Amino acid sequence: MNRREKALTTARRGTIITGLALIGLAGVYVRALMFTPIERFQGPAQKILYVHAPVATVALLAFGITGVLSLLYLIFKDPRLDHLSASSAEIGVALSVVLLTTGPIWAKPIWGTWWDWDARLTSTLFLFLLFVGYLVLRGALTDFGMRARFSAVLGVLALGLVPFIHMTVYWFRTLHPSPVLLKPEAPSMPGVMLVTLLSAIGVVAVLYVGFLMQRYAVTVLEDIREEEAAGGLS
Amino acid sequence: MASGLFSAAAVIAAKDIAVEWRTKTALVSSLVFAILVLAILYFARDATAVSAFEVAPGVLWVTFTFAGMLGLNRAFLLERENHALDGLRLTQATPPAIFLGKMVGNALFIGLVELVSLPLFVLFYNVPIWSRLPMLMLVIAMATLAFVSVGTLLSAMVVRTRFSEVMLPVLLLPFLVPPIVSAVQVTWRILADRPLAEMTGWLSLLGAFDVVFFMLSLMLFEAIIIE
Repeated sequence: MNRREKALTTARRGTIITGLALIGLAGVYVRALMFTPIERFQGPAQKILYVHAPVATVALLAFGITGVLSLLYLIFKDPRLDHLSASSAEIGVALSVVLLTTGPIWAKPIWGTWWDWDARLTSTLFLFLLFVGYLVLRGALTDFGMRARFSAVLGVLALGLVPFIHMTVYWFRTLHPSPVLLKPEAPSMPGVMLVTLLSAIGVVAVLYVGFLMQRYAVTVLEDIREEEAAGGLS
Repeated sequence: MASGLFSAAAVIAAKDIAVEWRTKTALVSSLVFAILVLAILYFARDATAVSAFEVAPGVLWVTFTFAGMLGLNRAFLLERENHALDGLRLTQATPPAIFLGKMVGNALFIGLVELVSLPLFVLFYNVPIWSRLPMLMLVIAMATLAFVSVGTLLSAMVVRTRFSEVMLPVLLLPFLVPPIVSAVQVTWRILADRPLAEMTGWLSLLGAFDVVFFMLSLMLFEAIIIE
Protein backbone atom coordinates (compact mmCIF):
# COMPACT_ATOMS: atom_id res chain seq x y z
CA MET A 1 0.00 0.00 0.00
CA ASN A 2 1.54 3.36 -0.93
CA ARG A 3 1.44 6.53 1.15
CA ARG A 4 -1.58 7.99 -0.60
CA GLU A 5 -3.71 4.89 -0.07
CA LYS A 6 -2.59 4.69 3.55
CA ALA A 7 -3.58 8.31 4.10
CA LEU A 8 -6.94 7.74 2.44
CA THR A 9 -7.60 4.72 4.66
CA THR A 10 -6.73 6.79 7.75
CA ALA A 11 -9.07 9.52 6.56
CA ARG A 12 -11.92 7.04 6.02
CA ARG A 13 -11.41 5.50 9.47
CA GLY A 14 -11.28 9.00 10.94
CA THR A 15 -14.58 9.83 9.28
CA ILE A 16 -16.21 6.73 10.75
CA ILE A 17 -14.90 7.53 14.24
CA THR A 18 -16.05 11.16 13.91
CA GLY A 19 -19.50 9.95 12.82
CA LEU A 20 -19.75 7.62 15.81
CA ALA A 21 -18.61 10.41 18.14
CA LEU A 22 -21.22 12.78 16.73
CA ILE A 23 -23.96 10.21 17.34
CA GLY A 24 -22.58 9.75 20.85
CA LEU A 25 -22.54 13.52 21.33
CA ALA A 26 -26.19 13.77 20.35
CA GLY A 27 -26.94 10.95 22.82
CA VAL A 28 -25.06 12.68 25.63
CA TYR A 29 -26.95 15.93 25.08
CA VAL A 30 -30.30 14.18 25.04
CA ARG A 31 -29.27 12.69 28.37
CA ALA A 32 -27.97 16.03 29.66
CA LEU A 33 -31.10 17.97 28.69
CA MET A 34 -33.84 15.45 29.41
CA PHE A 35 -32.59 12.88 31.89
CA THR A 36 -30.16 14.80 34.07
CA PRO A 37 -31.72 16.86 36.90
CA ILE A 38 -31.57 20.65 36.83
CA GLU A 39 -28.99 22.05 39.23
CA ARG A 40 -30.56 23.69 42.27
CA PHE A 41 -28.63 26.99 42.36
CA GLN A 42 -27.69 27.66 38.77
CA GLY A 43 -30.84 26.36 37.08
CA PRO A 44 -30.80 25.42 33.38
CA ALA A 45 -27.66 27.53 32.82
CA GLN A 46 -25.61 24.73 34.39
CA LYS A 47 -26.43 22.50 31.38
CA ILE A 48 -23.74 24.28 29.38
CA LEU A 49 -21.20 22.57 31.65
CA TYR A 50 -21.75 19.38 29.64
CA VAL A 51 -20.35 21.17 26.57
CA HIS A 52 -17.92 23.52 28.25
CA ALA A 53 -16.04 21.15 30.57
CA PRO A 54 -15.49 18.31 28.05
CA VAL A 55 -14.32 20.76 25.38
CA ALA A 56 -11.97 22.38 27.91
CA THR A 57 -10.49 19.05 28.95
CA VAL A 58 -9.92 17.86 25.40
CA ALA A 59 -8.60 21.24 24.19
CA LEU A 60 -5.96 21.23 26.91
CA LEU A 61 -5.20 17.61 26.10
CA ALA A 62 -4.78 18.54 22.43
CA PHE A 63 -2.33 21.34 23.28
CA GLY A 64 -0.47 19.04 25.65
CA ILE A 65 -0.18 16.41 22.91
CA THR A 66 1.14 19.07 20.53
CA GLY A 67 3.82 19.98 23.06
CA VAL A 68 4.88 16.38 23.69
CA LEU A 69 4.90 15.51 19.97
CA SER A 70 6.97 18.65 19.29
CA LEU A 71 9.56 17.48 21.79
CA LEU A 72 9.56 14.01 20.22
CA TYR A 73 9.95 15.54 16.75
CA LEU A 74 13.08 17.41 17.85
CA ILE A 75 14.54 14.11 19.07
CA PHE A 76 13.46 11.69 16.33
CA LYS A 77 12.92 14.06 13.35
CA ASP A 78 10.06 11.89 12.04
CA PRO A 79 7.82 14.00 9.76
CA ARG A 80 4.75 12.07 10.97
CA LEU A 81 5.27 13.55 14.45
CA ASP A 82 5.22 17.02 12.92
CA HIS A 83 2.00 16.32 11.00
CA LEU A 84 0.34 14.95 14.11
CA SER A 85 1.36 17.82 16.37
CA ALA A 86 0.19 20.42 13.84
CA SER A 87 -3.14 18.61 13.44
CA SER A 88 -3.56 18.40 17.19
CA ALA A 89 -2.83 22.13 17.57
CA GLU A 90 -5.44 22.97 14.96
CA ILE A 91 -8.11 20.91 16.70
CA GLY A 92 -7.10 22.44 20.03
CA VAL A 93 -7.61 25.91 18.60
CA ALA A 94 -11.02 24.95 17.20
CA LEU A 95 -12.11 23.47 20.54
CA SER A 96 -10.81 26.57 22.35
CA VAL A 97 -13.15 28.69 20.25
CA VAL A 98 -16.06 26.59 21.52
CA LEU A 99 -14.63 26.84 25.03
CA LEU A 100 -14.22 30.62 24.95
CA THR A 101 -17.72 31.04 23.49
CA THR A 102 -19.65 28.78 25.85
CA GLY A 103 -17.86 30.23 28.90
CA PRO A 104 -19.19 33.79 28.59
CA ILE A 105 -22.69 32.49 27.73
CA TRP A 106 -22.70 30.68 31.07
CA ALA A 107 -20.95 33.49 32.93
CA LYS A 108 -23.52 36.16 32.03
CA PRO A 109 -26.40 34.71 34.11
CA ILE A 110 -24.17 33.18 36.83
CA TRP A 111 -21.39 35.73 37.38
CA GLY A 112 -23.45 38.63 36.03
CA THR A 113 -20.78 39.48 33.49
CA TRP A 114 -19.73 38.10 30.11
CA TRP A 115 -16.05 38.28 30.81
CA ASP A 116 -13.90 38.34 33.87
CA TRP A 117 -10.12 38.21 34.27
CA ASP A 118 -10.43 35.00 36.19
CA ALA A 119 -7.36 32.75 36.37
CA ARG A 120 -8.49 29.85 34.23
CA LEU A 121 -10.27 32.08 31.75
CA THR A 122 -7.15 34.18 31.30
CA SER A 123 -4.81 31.19 30.98
CA THR A 124 -7.07 29.69 28.33
CA LEU A 125 -7.16 32.95 26.40
CA PHE A 126 -3.35 33.24 26.35
CA LEU A 127 -2.94 29.59 25.47
CA PHE A 128 -5.45 29.99 22.64
CA LEU A 129 -3.59 33.06 21.29
CA LEU A 130 -0.26 31.25 21.59
CA PHE A 131 -1.48 28.35 19.48
CA VAL A 132 -3.09 30.67 16.96
CA GLY A 133 0.44 32.11 16.71
CA TYR A 134 1.76 28.57 16.24
CA LEU A 135 -0.58 28.04 13.28
CA VAL A 136 0.25 31.48 11.83
CA LEU A 137 3.95 30.67 12.06
CA ARG A 138 3.41 27.41 10.18
CA GLY A 139 1.51 29.28 7.51
CA ALA A 140 4.37 31.76 7.08
CA LEU A 141 7.02 29.10 6.44
CA THR A 142 7.17 27.29 3.13
CA ASP A 143 10.17 25.03 3.56
CA PHE A 144 9.07 21.74 5.13
CA GLY A 145 12.12 21.13 7.33
CA MET A 146 12.15 24.68 8.64
CA ARG A 147 8.41 24.68 9.32
CA ALA A 148 8.64 21.42 11.25
CA ARG A 149 11.66 22.47 13.32
CA PHE A 150 10.44 25.98 14.10
CA SER A 151 6.95 24.91 15.07
CA ALA A 152 8.38 22.09 17.20
CA VAL A 153 10.56 24.62 19.04
CA LEU A 154 7.50 26.78 19.64
CA GLY A 155 5.52 23.73 20.82
CA VAL A 156 8.20 22.82 23.38
CA LEU A 157 8.38 26.43 24.60
CA ALA A 158 4.59 26.46 24.97
CA LEU A 159 4.79 23.33 27.10
CA GLY A 160 7.20 25.16 29.41
CA LEU A 161 5.04 28.28 29.47
CA VAL A 162 1.77 26.73 30.65
CA PRO A 163 2.68 26.34 34.36
CA PHE A 164 4.06 29.89 34.48
CA ILE A 165 0.98 31.45 32.92
CA HIS A 166 -1.17 29.44 35.28
CA MET A 167 0.74 30.57 38.37
CA THR A 168 0.74 34.19 37.21
CA VAL A 169 -2.95 34.54 36.60
CA TYR A 170 -3.83 32.38 39.59
CA TRP A 171 -1.92 34.65 41.92
CA PHE A 172 -3.52 37.64 40.31
CA ARG A 173 -6.93 36.33 41.53
CA THR A 174 -9.47 33.69 40.69
CA LEU A 175 -13.26 33.49 40.57
CA HIS A 176 -13.70 30.21 38.71
CA PRO A 177 -15.83 27.45 40.21
CA SER A 178 -13.37 25.32 42.16
CA PRO A 179 -12.61 21.91 40.68
CA VAL A 180 -15.53 19.49 41.01
CA LEU A 181 -13.91 16.47 39.39
CA LEU A 182 -10.19 16.29 40.00
CA LYS A 183 -9.73 17.00 43.67
CA PRO A 184 -8.53 14.96 46.64
CA GLU A 185 -12.03 14.26 48.02
CA ALA A 186 -14.83 12.59 46.09
CA PRO A 187 -16.27 14.66 43.20
CA SER A 188 -18.76 17.21 44.55
CA MET A 189 -21.48 16.36 42.10
CA PRO A 190 -24.42 13.98 42.27
CA GLY A 191 -23.78 10.63 40.55
CA VAL A 192 -26.30 11.16 37.77
CA MET A 193 -24.72 14.48 36.71
CA LEU A 194 -21.26 12.98 37.03
CA VAL A 195 -22.12 10.16 34.62
CA THR A 196 -23.41 12.69 32.08
CA LEU A 197 -20.29 14.83 32.44
CA LEU A 198 -17.87 11.92 32.18
CA SER A 199 -19.62 10.46 29.15
CA ALA A 200 -19.55 13.91 27.51
CA ILE A 201 -15.78 14.09 28.12
CA GLY A 202 -15.37 10.60 26.67
CA VAL A 203 -17.41 11.42 23.58
CA VAL A 204 -15.51 14.66 22.90
CA ALA A 205 -12.24 12.75 23.31
CA VAL A 206 -13.38 10.27 20.66
CA LEU A 207 -14.38 13.20 18.46
CA TYR A 208 -10.82 14.53 18.88
CA VAL A 209 -9.38 11.20 17.73
CA GLY A 210 -11.65 11.23 14.67
CA PHE A 211 -10.70 14.81 13.80
CA LEU A 212 -7.02 14.10 14.38
CA MET A 213 -7.00 11.12 12.01
CA GLN A 214 -8.74 13.07 9.27
CA ARG A 215 -6.60 16.18 9.67
CA TYR A 216 -3.45 14.07 9.74
CA ALA A 217 -4.46 12.30 6.54
CA VAL A 218 -5.14 15.65 4.85
CA THR A 219 -1.67 16.88 5.89
CA VAL A 220 -0.04 13.78 4.42
CA LEU A 221 -2.00 14.20 1.18
CA GLU A 222 -0.97 17.88 0.99
CA ASP A 223 2.62 16.77 1.43
CA ILE A 224 2.35 14.24 -1.38
CA ARG A 225 0.85 16.86 -3.67
CA GLU A 226 3.64 19.33 -2.85
CA GLU A 227 6.27 16.69 -3.54
CA GLU A 228 4.63 15.82 -6.86
CA ALA A 229 4.48 19.48 -7.81
CA ALA A 230 8.16 19.92 -6.94
CA GLY A 231 9.03 16.73 -8.86
CA GLY A 232 7.06 17.93 -11.87
CA LEU A 233 9.03 21.16 -11.98
CA SER A 234 12.49 19.66 -11.92
CA MET B 1 35.69 24.46 25.77
CA ALA B 2 33.74 26.69 28.09
CA SER B 3 36.17 29.56 27.58
CA GLY B 4 35.83 29.06 23.81
CA LEU B 5 32.06 29.35 24.17
CA PHE B 6 32.27 32.60 26.08
CA SER B 7 34.97 34.17 23.94
CA ALA B 8 33.05 33.33 20.75
CA ALA B 9 29.90 34.76 22.31
CA ALA B 10 31.78 37.91 23.34
CA VAL B 11 33.11 38.37 19.79
CA ILE B 12 29.64 38.05 18.30
CA ALA B 13 28.14 40.44 20.85
CA ALA B 14 30.95 42.95 20.26
CA LYS B 15 30.40 42.70 16.50
CA ASP B 16 26.67 43.42 16.88
CA ILE B 17 27.32 46.35 19.17
CA ALA B 18 29.95 47.76 16.79
CA VAL B 19 27.58 47.46 13.82
CA GLU B 20 24.84 49.18 15.79
CA TRP B 21 27.17 51.88 17.12
CA ARG B 22 28.20 52.93 13.60
CA THR B 23 24.71 53.92 12.53
CA LYS B 24 22.74 54.02 15.81
CA THR B 25 19.57 53.75 13.70
CA ALA B 26 17.84 51.11 15.82
CA LEU B 27 19.06 52.61 19.09
CA VAL B 28 17.83 56.11 18.33
CA SER B 29 14.50 54.85 16.97
CA SER B 30 13.94 52.64 20.02
CA LEU B 31 14.74 55.53 22.36
CA VAL B 32 12.47 57.97 20.57
CA PHE B 33 9.79 55.30 20.54
CA ALA B 34 10.18 54.73 24.30
CA ILE B 35 9.86 58.45 25.02
CA LEU B 36 6.78 58.66 22.79
CA VAL B 37 5.11 55.74 24.57
CA LEU B 38 5.88 57.27 27.98
CA ALA B 39 4.42 60.58 26.87
CA ILE B 40 1.32 59.16 25.16
CA LEU B 41 0.42 56.84 28.05
CA TYR B 42 0.52 59.83 30.39
CA PHE B 43 -2.58 61.13 28.61
CA ALA B 44 -4.27 57.71 28.38
CA ARG B 45 -6.14 58.10 31.67
CA ASP B 46 -8.69 60.31 33.37
CA ALA B 47 -6.34 62.76 35.10
CA THR B 48 -9.02 63.79 37.61
CA ALA B 49 -9.62 60.22 38.79
CA VAL B 50 -6.34 58.32 38.33
CA SER B 51 -3.03 59.78 39.43
CA ALA B 52 0.03 59.33 37.23
CA PHE B 53 1.71 57.51 40.10
CA GLU B 54 -0.93 54.76 40.06
CA VAL B 55 -0.44 53.89 36.39
CA ALA B 56 3.34 54.35 36.54
CA PRO B 57 4.39 50.67 37.09
CA GLY B 58 2.27 49.50 34.16
CA VAL B 59 3.47 52.33 31.95
CA LEU B 60 7.10 51.55 32.69
CA TRP B 61 6.74 47.92 31.64
CA VAL B 62 4.61 48.57 28.59
CA THR B 63 7.26 51.04 27.47
CA PHE B 64 10.14 48.63 28.06
CA THR B 65 8.29 45.80 26.32
CA PHE B 66 7.37 47.77 23.22
CA ALA B 67 10.74 49.48 22.88
CA GLY B 68 12.56 46.20 23.48
CA MET B 69 10.52 44.43 20.83
CA LEU B 70 11.64 47.00 18.25
CA GLY B 71 15.25 46.19 19.06
CA LEU B 72 14.91 42.41 19.03
CA ASN B 73 14.31 41.94 15.32
CA ARG B 74 17.50 43.85 14.57
CA ALA B 75 19.92 41.14 15.81
CA PHE B 76 19.00 38.59 13.15
CA LEU B 77 17.84 40.99 10.44
CA LEU B 78 21.50 42.03 10.31
CA GLU B 79 22.44 38.44 9.52
CA ARG B 80 19.74 37.97 6.90
CA GLU B 81 21.30 40.44 4.49
CA ASN B 82 23.94 38.93 2.20
CA HIS B 83 23.39 35.53 3.87
CA ALA B 84 25.59 36.65 6.76
CA LEU B 85 24.07 33.93 8.93
CA ASP B 86 25.64 31.27 6.70
CA GLY B 87 28.97 32.97 7.25
CA LEU B 88 28.41 32.98 10.99
CA ARG B 89 27.62 29.27 10.89
CA LEU B 90 30.82 28.58 8.95
CA THR B 91 32.92 30.03 11.76
CA GLN B 92 33.93 27.82 14.67
CA ALA B 93 31.21 29.34 16.86
CA THR B 94 28.83 26.66 18.13
CA PRO B 95 25.06 27.32 18.18
CA PRO B 96 25.08 28.00 21.96
CA ALA B 97 27.88 30.54 21.43
CA ILE B 98 25.92 32.27 18.65
CA PHE B 99 22.84 32.32 20.86
CA LEU B 100 24.74 33.72 23.85
CA GLY B 101 26.42 36.36 21.71
CA LYS B 102 23.16 37.48 20.16
CA MET B 103 21.45 37.42 23.54
CA VAL B 104 24.14 39.53 25.21
CA GLY B 105 24.02 41.98 22.29
CA ASN B 106 20.25 42.25 22.68
CA ALA B 107 20.52 42.62 26.45
CA LEU B 108 23.03 45.45 26.12
CA PHE B 109 20.87 47.15 23.51
CA ILE B 110 17.69 46.90 25.57
CA GLY B 111 19.57 47.71 28.77
CA LEU B 112 20.77 50.95 27.22
CA VAL B 113 17.26 51.87 26.11
CA GLU B 114 16.01 51.15 29.64
CA LEU B 115 18.82 53.12 31.21
CA VAL B 116 17.93 56.20 29.20
CA SER B 117 14.15 55.92 29.54
CA LEU B 118 14.16 55.29 33.31
CA PRO B 119 15.21 58.87 34.28
CA LEU B 120 12.64 60.19 31.80
CA PHE B 121 10.01 58.00 33.43
CA VAL B 122 10.95 59.46 36.83
CA LEU B 123 10.74 62.95 35.37
CA PHE B 124 7.43 62.52 33.53
CA TYR B 125 5.59 60.54 36.21
CA ASN B 126 7.15 62.19 39.24
CA VAL B 127 8.03 58.92 40.96
CA PRO B 128 10.71 59.07 43.62
CA ILE B 129 12.86 56.00 42.95
CA TRP B 130 16.34 56.90 44.20
CA SER B 131 16.04 55.22 47.59
CA ARG B 132 14.60 52.10 45.96
CA LEU B 133 16.93 52.03 42.99
CA PRO B 134 18.87 48.80 43.79
CA MET B 135 15.65 46.80 44.13
CA LEU B 136 14.21 48.34 40.98
CA MET B 137 17.40 47.58 39.05
CA LEU B 138 17.21 43.96 40.17
CA VAL B 139 13.66 43.57 38.85
CA ILE B 140 14.55 45.31 35.60
CA ALA B 141 17.57 43.03 35.16
CA MET B 142 15.54 39.88 35.87
CA ALA B 143 12.67 40.79 33.56
CA THR B 144 15.07 41.87 30.83
CA LEU B 145 16.84 38.51 31.03
CA ALA B 146 13.48 36.76 30.59
CA PHE B 147 12.66 39.07 27.70
CA VAL B 148 15.93 38.57 25.82
CA SER B 149 16.20 34.79 26.27
CA VAL B 150 12.85 33.99 24.67
CA GLY B 151 13.04 37.07 22.44
CA THR B 152 16.40 36.15 20.91
CA LEU B 153 15.24 32.61 20.15
CA LEU B 154 11.93 33.69 18.62
CA SER B 155 13.48 36.53 16.61
CA ALA B 156 15.92 34.04 15.07
CA MET B 157 12.84 32.13 13.92
CA VAL B 158 10.67 34.95 12.67
CA VAL B 159 13.30 36.68 10.53
CA ARG B 160 13.17 33.62 8.28
CA THR B 161 9.42 34.05 7.70
CA ARG B 162 7.38 36.43 5.67
CA PHE B 163 5.91 39.36 7.70
CA SER B 164 8.56 38.96 10.42
CA GLU B 165 7.81 42.38 11.97
CA VAL B 166 4.23 41.36 12.78
CA MET B 167 5.10 37.80 13.69
CA LEU B 168 7.49 38.61 16.54
CA PRO B 169 4.98 40.39 18.82
CA VAL B 170 2.32 37.75 18.13
CA LEU B 171 4.63 34.91 19.16
CA LEU B 172 6.56 36.71 21.88
CA LEU B 173 3.84 38.47 23.87
CA PRO B 174 2.22 35.29 25.27
CA PHE B 175 5.64 34.36 26.66
CA LEU B 176 6.00 37.78 28.23
CA VAL B 177 2.82 37.46 30.29
CA PRO B 178 4.50 35.85 33.35
CA PRO B 179 7.64 38.05 33.44
CA ILE B 180 5.84 41.32 32.72
CA VAL B 181 3.00 40.68 35.16
CA SER B 182 5.53 39.70 37.85
CA ALA B 183 7.66 42.76 37.09
CA VAL B 184 4.65 45.09 37.32
CA GLN B 185 3.53 43.47 40.57
CA VAL B 186 6.98 43.85 42.11
CA THR B 187 7.45 47.38 40.73
CA TRP B 188 4.29 48.81 42.27
CA ARG B 189 5.20 47.24 45.61
CA ILE B 190 8.67 48.78 45.42
CA LEU B 191 7.27 52.19 44.55
CA ALA B 192 4.67 51.96 47.32
CA ASP B 193 7.37 50.99 49.86
CA ARG B 194 5.80 47.61 50.64
CA PRO B 195 7.84 45.11 52.67
CA LEU B 196 10.07 42.66 50.81
CA ALA B 197 7.99 39.70 52.03
CA GLU B 198 5.15 40.82 49.75
CA MET B 199 7.40 40.59 46.69
CA THR B 200 9.28 37.33 47.22
CA GLY B 201 6.56 35.22 45.60
CA TRP B 202 6.57 37.24 42.39
CA LEU B 203 10.35 37.52 42.43
CA SER B 204 10.77 33.76 42.68
CA LEU B 205 8.29 33.26 39.84
CA LEU B 206 10.35 35.68 37.77
CA GLY B 207 13.58 33.96 38.78
CA ALA B 208 12.23 30.52 37.92
CA PHE B 209 11.04 31.83 34.55
CA ASP B 210 14.53 33.22 33.88
CA VAL B 211 16.23 29.91 34.63
CA VAL B 212 13.75 27.68 32.75
CA PHE B 213 13.48 29.82 29.64
CA PHE B 214 17.17 30.68 29.44
CA MET B 215 18.05 26.97 29.50
CA LEU B 216 15.23 26.04 27.09
CA SER B 217 16.18 28.78 24.63
CA LEU B 218 19.85 27.86 24.79
CA MET B 219 19.10 24.22 24.05
CA LEU B 220 16.43 24.81 21.40
CA PHE B 221 18.49 27.35 19.47
CA GLU B 222 20.40 24.62 17.68
CA ALA B 223 17.19 23.39 16.04
CA ILE B 224 16.66 26.90 14.63
CA ILE B 225 20.10 27.51 13.28
CA ILE B 226 21.14 24.11 11.88
CA GLU B 227 19.88 23.39 8.38
